[in-house]
Amino acid sequence: MRHTISVLVENEFGVLSRVSGLFSGRGFNIESLCVAETIDPETSRMTIVTSGNEQIVEQIKKQLHKLINVIKVIDHQEIDSLERELALIKVTAEAETRAEILRIVDIFRARVVDVTQKSYTVEITGDENKVAAIIEMLRPMGIKELVRTGKVAMGRGSKTAK
Amino acid sequence: MKKTGAQILLESLRLEGADIIFGYPGGAVLDVYDELFNFPIKHILVRHEQAAVHAADGYARATGRPGVCLVTSGPGATNTVTGIATAYMDSIPIVVFSGQVPSALIGNDAFQEADIVGITRPCTKHNYLVKDVADLARIIKEAFYLATTGRPGPVLVDIPKDVLRAATTFHYPDEVKMRSYNPTYKGHPGQIVKAVKLILKSRQPVAYVGGGTILSEAALELTEFSRLLTIPTTTTLMGLGAFPEDDPLSMGMLGMHGTYRANMAVTECDLLIAIGARFDDRVTGNLEKFAPNAKIIHIDIDPTSISKNVKVDVPIVGDVKDVLGNIIKTIVEEDIEAYKKSLQPWNKQIHEWKATYPLAYKKKKNIINPQYVVEKISELAGEDAIISTEVGQNQMWTAQYYKFMKPRTFLTSGGLGTMGYGFPAAMGAQAAFPDRLVIDIAGDGSIQMNIQELATVMQYRLPVKIAILNNHFLGMVRQWQELFYDKKYSYTCMQVQPDYVKLAEAYGAKGFRATKVEEVEAVIKKGFATDGPVIMEFVVAKEEDVYPMVPAGAPISEMLLV
Ligand SMILES: Cc1ncc(C[n+]2csc(CCOP(=O)(O)OP(=O)(O)O)c2C)c(N)n1
Repeated sequence: MRHTISVLVENEFGVLSRVSGLFSGRGFNIESLCVAETIDPETSRMTIVTSGNEQIVEQIKKQLHKLINVIKVIDHQEIDSLERELALIKVTAEAETRAEILRIVDIFRARVVDVTQKSYTVEITGDENKVAAIIEMLRPMGIKELVRTGKVAMGRGSKTAK
Repeated sequence: MKKTGAQILLESLRLEGADIIFGYPGGAVLDVYDELFNFPIKHILVRHEQAAVHAADGYARATGRPGVCLVTSGPGATNTVTGIATAYMDSIPIVVFSGQVPSALIGNDAFQEADIVGITRPCTKHNYLVKDVADLARIIKEAFYLATTGRPGPVLVDIPKDVLRAATTFHYPDEVKMRSYNPTYKGHPGQIVKAVKLILKSRQPVAYVGGGTILSEAALELTEFSRLLTIPTTTTLMGLGAFPEDDPLSMGMLGMHGTYRANMAVTECDLLIAIGARFDDRVTGNLEKFAPNAKIIHIDIDPTSISKNVKVDVPIVGDVKDVLGNIIKTIVEEDIEAYKKSLQPWNKQIHEWKATYPLAYKKKKNIINPQYVVEKISELAGEDAIISTEVGQNQMWTAQYYKFMKPRTFLTSGGLGTMGYGFPAAMGAQAAFPDRLVIDIAGDGSIQMNIQELATVMQYRLPVKIAILNNHFLGMVRQWQELFYDKKYSYTCMQVQPDYVKLAEAYGAKGFRATKVEEVEAVIKKGFATDGPVIMEFVVAKEEDVYPMVPAGAPISEMLLV
């Protein structure tokens, strides 16, 4: 089972390697990891997508919590959450496919952010399914390069995780 | 007045109550050594940095107070890694200070640079690189706090040379403020009530006691608990000393080399009360068949230990001392007499197991049994003696045949199984307790891994006694080869060895040797009566095995017996 976990950490030297070292050292999966500062410059927030059975995910959360620099661990499986990801897709754009690509971009409410004679670079934001779907639609045109941020997540409603 | 980083380090150590530093100098820590020259903290100059860490660890296990080490950058720091990993696996509070190359050179492959913070990240509870002298006092305060609170463990503080030389006003903080660290000591009252209910319902309970009980200073509470309810009690290797082994309720150690009765009792119990223990694979054997019919109560201060290997019915996160105290308080309100009565058949069953298969070995006539040596040492050493071991058969025979009566009298590397641990650990314990008898029970392989510390114990008059059970083999590995690899003794025979008596003498210590059964007692008595460090070499049976033994991966009820 996949879980998206938010980890609020103290913004200290080496904290990223403590977290990633925990996953590699204990053989836990990491599908994606995304990290940046929060509104408080002394803390950062990581979003980690991981998978494992119930017992393993429980261990992952406890082990994360045990790290001295970790302030809070949130499992988005347990709360109603928003999840988003951003992807940049450089797709081959020949004369005969350009219009089709633009139509797809339009349907997905994506944007073209860079244009050359041979390619479009498309920016898409959305949940996992949406990003996967546009990639599938563009694949036949020839995807030259793909970069994804990995997921970020936040609980819905007015409650905060500070 | 301003103080330099080096001065701040020493002042802070003094304020933490450190009385001994185990260390080894070098370029990066010259400024600290310069200050240490006239400073009122004792420094013990070891002969290898690994030994400094084991000594600090032995000091911590024997006293309950954090051990302190000081080493230089690069090779000095990397030499500490085995010691740190050893302390980490057994949750021992130590603080290691390493020098680092000047800040401006970090990352440049400078002379004697090693990324020790990176290297020790997975084997410390936490570690620090100090970047500014203004942070030094706070970091040292945090380091001691982290090492000694919650589940204890080693903390490393890496200090660049320029930080040691820079000056600032010194203020040692009174308290630690860390919003991300907040260990739970008090067990949840609801969980305690649930545990008491489960206990009173049980008819075949077992208390399974680990090193956490000793770390939490809860041996008294444990003994009261077991006796109050007549619950049969077994300890892990790390738990030895938490429960007096002359008590009829004591079942000795469980696990791979546990007693028959302990392993049978765990297999047949209807309630397993795990107290400061972590279900290590050397304890559980085949997990599916470990306590298969039992409900499980698990008391541990570290939430990650709970339900890591086995599913637990009543988890209680908290300090063993607090939780056991509260369980006792709750349970005395109940009808204990009726409960005790209901346990009689179970206790009788355990005594039958003990009578049928006691710990035993085949006594040889003309050659010394290593088990006999341990029994004799146990008989002659007295309750206050501190025993350390190396790793292998020597360690298991000590665990089986030495009668431990008090907590903090047994120092052994359980989790990591570090050969070469015992002697420097004994040295550290002896430094803390100059007047107590401290004995390292060693194998001929292990003792050679830190034998250089003979010079240290001579220099500081630390009268450690070393008892070498010399079987001329890496005995435990040979035992596995005998049992599981067709007796192919591939590279486990130590054909060439020093003359240990002469070796002792070369360092100015005393050496005695026993080659006959009749000589054993006399050598032990002479060794104990001799002032200063002593090596006692016992030339023992070469191919003696440790039994009972549970083959790796088998259920613990399936023991090979003598
Ligand atoms: C540093 C280290 N290297 C290797 C081992 C693997 N090992 C475990 S027991 C053992 C044999 C120990 O031999 P010895 O010290 O002579 O003790 P004995 O088993 O004969 O009592 C070895 C090599 C270890 N535990 N530690």
